[in-house]
Amino acid sequence: MARKPAAMDDAAQRNSPNDDIGEALRLKLYRMQVELREAEQRAFDLFLQNLVKGTSHLSLGQEAIAAGFGVAMKPGDLSFCTYRGHAHTLARGVPVEKVLGELMQRDNGLMRGKGGSMHLTSVEHGVMGSYAIIGAHLPIACGAAWRAQYKGDKDVSVCFFGDGTTNIGAFHEALNFAVVWKLPVVFVCENNLYMEYTPIGDVTAVEHPAADRASAYGLPRIVIDGNDADEVYRAAMKAFEIARAGNGPSLIECMTYRHSGHSRADPAKYRPEGELEKWKERDPIKIYRERLKQFGVGDDVIEKINAEVMQVVNDATEACKAAPMPSLDILTTDVYADGGWAWRN
Amino acid sequence: MAELTYRDAVARGIAQEMERDNDVVFLGEDIGKAGGVFKATVGLYEKFGPLRVRDTPISEQAILGAAMGAAMTGLKPIAEIMFSDFFAVCFDYIANEFPKSRYMTNGQVKCPLVVRTGNGAGSRFGAQHSQSIENWAMMIPGLKVVAPSTPLDVIGLMAAAVRDPDPVIFFEHKSLYATKGEVPDGEIVDTLGTAKIVRPGKDATILALALMVPRALEAAERLKAEHGIDVEVIDLRSLVPLDTQTVLASVARTHRLFTVEENPRLCGWGAELVSIVADEAFYDLDGPPVRITTPHIPLPAADILEDLALPNAERIADRVRRSLEG
Repeated sequence: MARKPAAMDDAAQRNSPNDDIGEALRLKLYRMQVELREAEQRAFDLFLQNLVKGTSHLSLGQEAIAAGFGVAMKPGDLSFCTYRGHAHTLARGVPVEKVLGELMQRDNGLMRGKGGSMHLTSVEHGVMGSYAIIGAHLPIACGAAWRAQYKGDKDVSVCFFGDGTTNIGAFHEALNFAVVWKLPVVFVCENNLYMEYTPIGDVTAVEHPAADRASAYGLPRIVIDGNDADEVYRAAMKAFEIARAGNGPSLIECMTYRHSGHSRADPAKYRPEGELEKWKERDPIKIYRERLKQFGVGDDVIEKINAEVMQVVNDATEACKAAPMPSLDILTTDVYADGGWAWRN
Repeated sequence: MAELTYRDAVARGIAQEMERDNDVVFLGEDIGKAGGVFKATVGLYEKFGPLRVRDTPISEQAILGAAMGAAMTGLKPIAEIMFSDFFAVCFDYIANEFPKSRYMTNGQVKCPLVVRTGNGAGSRFGAQHSQSIENWAMMIPGLKVVAPSTPLDVIGLMAAAVRDPDPVIFFEHKSLYATKGEVPDGEIVDTLGTAKIVRPGKDATILALALMVPRALEAAERLKAEHGIDVEVIDLRSLVPLDTQTVLASVARTHRLFTVEENPRLCGWGAELVSIVADEAFYDLDGPPVRITTPHIPLPAADILEDLALPNAERIADRVRRSLEG
């Protein structure tokens, strides 16, 4: 198992009165994390009712990363997510209903059921896709960053991936490429300690699968507490500043833990006893609620946010249940740019 | 009007589109300062500069991934994969990523990009640098696939590919780079999905692609001179979209069908065409359709073995004559 970063135990730092983030942003970060948690928890519940079909990969317990980056990103910045991408999609402001609708394969889903859980995309929100082939989207994010560089735009491409991705070739090709071309791209490794069912440490030559490879590409070694949304937010802002200034890519390894299995088929029995419980003590939402209290936010404010989020998720659920299935005529639409699928005359 | 090599036509075709549209960018290994390993892109780096003509590391996944990311956010990239055999190391992008993104996202994501690549045998490079892999691309929904056989078609189809809103795989035949043809001055723009009757005839239809087009034409001349057999030769030029109407109309006139394919036999493009003709024009046929292909083997390096493997004019003519006489 990977070592905990020093900052994780640094209560003094967390309790620092120095509030560089501010209350408005903190409440936003909290609300976002709660929304990601409740929406995904709802997705899980809907599985059990057989209303969500196919597969699904939850990031329960990892919300601080998607929330921290999502809140730090500006309109125009682009997100590239993985098949575990519900949270990162929601974190760009995509309505819960559009995501749950896609998971429930309804006509109101983001892609009207043509993509499914693993391919959530909302171009209008800057979510340029969720990619289900490990590592594929790292070079794609480089290409989007190349466009920004070529056009002189200041937007940043942010590419989220898991620890398992660091052992596939595309990871290494993309890092080298991004550094050589000095691209405005931020690579975010969510190290949840497991590549699917296997501990990442069992199959990786270095302790920190992303950060320990950074020096091979001339990048600084950055490991942060991925369960602390403030830390994530700060790391994101720093990386964005570098990218927007034309100083190239960053690679950030966020230490975290997923509360559920790899996918809905996985009960996660491979985890040592007590590990999950230990990490649940460091639940990002629990940490953040304490943080809010330290900064003087009252329980009533916190409960109000919780209730509002729950209302959003409940409303979305009902809307999706009432939504029709996709119309059958979309089976053959949008294969080609003419809107159809014709390959011959 | 000028005589141009197929090789120089590649650079002219790319230059025509880069001059027209600043969003057209070009990336690949050794394409810039070196002018390409086949010297097909000489002069582009000097003309358009390092921001638009970008040399990459030997990272085929990064090349195609970056092309896709740039395409989906507004650029119109042309990516070179030096040898088409290398599609195998970046096939995720060709098979899973850019052809499927439009469909999976219900039309949100667009990938107007061109992958151009050196395809085919004749250079004695052996089994991993000589393959004819059009069928690897043809089988994937969402891709368009073209393979020009003349300098004029290189320029016109390159323009059509760059301007097309879908991802296009552009197969250049390595053994055609040195061939020459007349090319008019000024802008040249062709249309994807249009086959060309390159030799009219009445006794049989031969379908061919890329290097097999000049070989089929040579076979046609032999058949005419030696046996009085008058065959029609169609250069398919584009496998997706596929111009089946030109093929079906030809078969309705000649009543016989032959395909000449450089690819190994199984699942070659000719199988799809024979299937279409059998299904839709069966009663036009006076005899069984015949596929003339490279045998189902990896390609050898030795010249006498490679020459034996590929369909040539003699073999094509002989096979057509035996079929028609039989």
